Amino acid sequence: VCIHRVTSCSSIHFIKSKYVCVFDKSALKFSHQQRLLRTSAVSHGQIVQFKLSDIGEGITEVTVKEWYIKEGDSVSQFDSICEVQSDKASVTITSRYDGVIRKLHYSIDDTAFVGKPLVDIEIDTSKGVAPEEDVVETPPMSHEEHTHQEIKGHKTLATPAVRRLAMENNIKLSEVVGTGKDNRILKEDILNYLAKQTGAILPPSPKAEIVPPLRKTETVPAAPKDKARKLPVPVSRPIAFSGKDKTEPVTGFQKAMVKTMSAALKIPHFGYCDEIDLTQLVQLREELKPLAELRGVKLSFMPFFIKAASLGLLQYPILNASLDENCQNVTYKASHNIGVAMDTEQGLIVPNVKNVQVCSVFDIAVELNRLQSLGSAGQLGTSDLTGGTFTLSNIGTIGGTYAKPVILPPEVAIGALGKIQVLPRFNGKGEVFKAQIMNVSWSADHRIIDGATMARFSNLWKSYLENPASMLLDLK
Amino acid sequence: MVLQSLKSCLWLSCILRTPKACFWSTASGGLIIQSVSNDVYQNLAVEDWIHDHMDLEKQQVLFLWRNSPAVVIGRHQNPWQECNLRLLRQKNIKLARRRSGGGTVYHDLGNINLTFFTTRKKYERMENLKLVVKALKALRPQLDVHVTDRYDILLDRQYKISGTAAKLGRTSAYHHCTLLCNADKFVLSSVLKSPYKGLKSNATPSVPASVKNLFEEDPSLTSEMLLDAIAKEYATQHQIDHHITVINPADETLLPGISHKTKELQTWEWVYGKTPKFSVSTCLNMAYKDSVLDVKVNMDVKHGRIEVCNIDLPEQWLPPGLYSELVKSLTGSKFCPNEITTLVTTLLRVCPQDNELHSRWSLLCENMIMLM
Repeated sequence: VCIHRVTSCSSIHFIKSKYVCVFDKSALKFSHQQRLLRTSAVSHGQIVQFKLSDIGEGITEVTVKEWYIKEGDSVSQFDSICEVQSDKASVTITSRYDGVIRKLHYSIDDTAFVGKPLVDIEIDTSKGVAPEEDVVETPPMSHEEHTHQEIKGHKTLATPAVRRLAMENNIKLSEVVGTGKDNRILKEDILNYLAKQTGAILPPSPKAEIVPPLRKTETVPAAPKDKARKLPVPVSRPIAFSGKDKTEPVTGFQKAMVKTMSAALKIPHFGYCDEIDLTQLVQLREELKPLAELRGVKLSFMPFFIKAASLGLLQYPILNASLDENCQNVTYKASHNIGVAMDTEQGLIVPNVKNVQVCSVFDIAVELNRLQSLGSAGQLGTSDLTGGTFTLSNIGTIGGTYAKPVILPPEVAIGALGKIQVLPRFNGKGEVFKAQIMNVSWSADHRIIDGATMARFSNLWKSYLENPASMLLDLK
Repeated sequence: MVLQSLKSCLWLSCILRTPKACFWSTASGGLIIQSVSNDVYQNLAVEDWIHDHMDLEKQQVLFLWRNSPAVVIGRHQNPWQECNLRLLRQKNIKLARRRSGGGTVYHDLGNINLTFFTTRKKYERMENLKLVVKALKALRPQLDVHVTDRYDILLDRQYKISGTAAKLGRTSAYHHCTLLCNADKFVLSSVLKSPYKGLKSNATPSVPASVKNLFEEDPSLTSEMLLDAIAKEYATQHQIDHHITVINPADETLLPGISHKTKELQTWEWVYGKTPKFSVSTCLNMAYKDSVLDVKVNMDVKHGRIEVCNIDLPEQWLPPGLYSELVKSLTGSKFCPNEITTLVTTLLRVCPQDNELHSRWSLLCENMIMLM
């Protein structure tokens, strides 16, 4: 026996035509409630006006603050529809039905009234079951099951949509394990039951049933659909892949990078690579690290690399130059503002250490510390990020040996430093020893720099680092 | 205060919405929990978790928490309007957006937070605040504290010591409030003052109020004493044992899904991107060489991103191509100083290498960034 209960609850207002043959949307203007009949061959859905239910505390009006759906979207029962605010309380309004949103009655910042329609939802009744009816063998269900009240007890709880799905697939609801609240049977439970029976991987449903690890959407619903957290139960479930491609516009910083990199690749690059034996430098740094720490500074290898580069640039100033747009003039920059590529959350940023030519290794270390802490806090200023003349990229901290760095305009050269590896090498006496080897990959603008210049600069830089004491001779 | 560790499956099964036979739930009508963490995001995530996953029908929950310095804005507020973001960044004070409504508050360890979790039907803010007042009076009968009809708690009829906000979901609800014990009022007033001019928005504005710490009224009071007093009163009213269960918001086995919630609360998209649409209409006074330029700027910001941008520069001050490049790049970009700084400095690389041009560009961009 099926129970038909016409709701007397004022918050549900069904509009439905008595006649079922030709179902025209214009017929949905009847405002009086009808006894619902089991229908068949109804091709269109019925529009239900979902009213704003009581908020509590005697509140009669609220402000609509955010819509989580728009007209034309499909919703499932319990999906978030919108966020409203009333007197310091933020309320998430969730859908009572499965269906398609046909009309939003308010815009953002409008005042919405309790008891008045909030949205119109078109409920799909083409499968021949009215949203109110009971189907499948279960104890008689009270109509209130469809509203927000909770049923305690041993009744099999399932929404009409779920019951329909079960019926279509000849499933006994009593055999399905409910994972929803109060052991309610959810759509996923039916699907899983089916999958177990047939051993098939089910096609992904329009709304992803499997909770993805990180669901990134523009507007985040406050109440996700699958609310029940299950205890770890060792049941194998076929995982249906419901991932979708995601397209985003290229904006902001990324847009600027696109422009810069496109300009960069117009520069004819050539590469030059070498390996540096840092054994002595490693030892030197070990000795100097505690001294720097006493002064409150973290000493890495970079200050040495940067200073050595500056010493090299004094001998080969063309590497610290800039070519104008028309390739008519070369400007030799007086300051060695050496950029240090940094990886941040945003991506690649290149702050620079100004005037390295007059800085000591310690000065450089201090400045690097400052830039690094500002960089990780996302607080670098424009002056830190402009005016660079030469760049070093220590990609080795992440990994890699050789690289093919891209010159950052308006500069003409760049060096990428690989990771320091302990490798066997031969010394002057032909003996094998443990060497600390790092690879360097230079790229330079072949329009004004030739291979020989790059090679000589690299050799000089290498000699300073392989024999740090020699830096002392040339330090200014 | 009895501390209990909660690593048993049984506890989980009691509180989850899949009712299983449980020896706890029928006994108590309430549960008092306290967070070990002072991280505002972790604690807000616990609130979300309880709201989404706990069955509050059989037992209500009181959650006690404190945060290291942070500014917490309401769900529908505009952080630029509410606080001094520059100062926050400088002082490394966190900014969080909570899911409940209401206004902006400053948290530090001298402020305690109380969250009352109930079913949607049992949502009753007045009752909760009266409970707090009762607890305070039981602790120090001479305290002149009362609840206003705006759900504030006032000390000496004058000073606000507690503000309230609430979140209602489909089946559950929570009401949380602050309580000033010994917070840094100096920092509080400086961070809650916005320096940004020309903002127009429909975001919920905060209502500023004079505040006072309970500690100022009675120096013998500490946060711990207040927490304990409130827990005691809650226990009495709910007829449960006065013991506080300690939870660790980083415990994923206890609170499955909590780290995802914590991460989400920290994303730029949530903290800034949820700001209701607003516009900035202001005038930059740029000192350039020997004169001062008045540059009108109009921007529309939606989802925290610049939707429309107009900068009224004197003709030819910047080459037109460069100006349109700047506007094009700003459009769609986050209204965020870091994003804009990296954007404009990167763009500068492909500009003609002219010192005059560079200094004008830098001047304009720095002034624009000050608006954020």
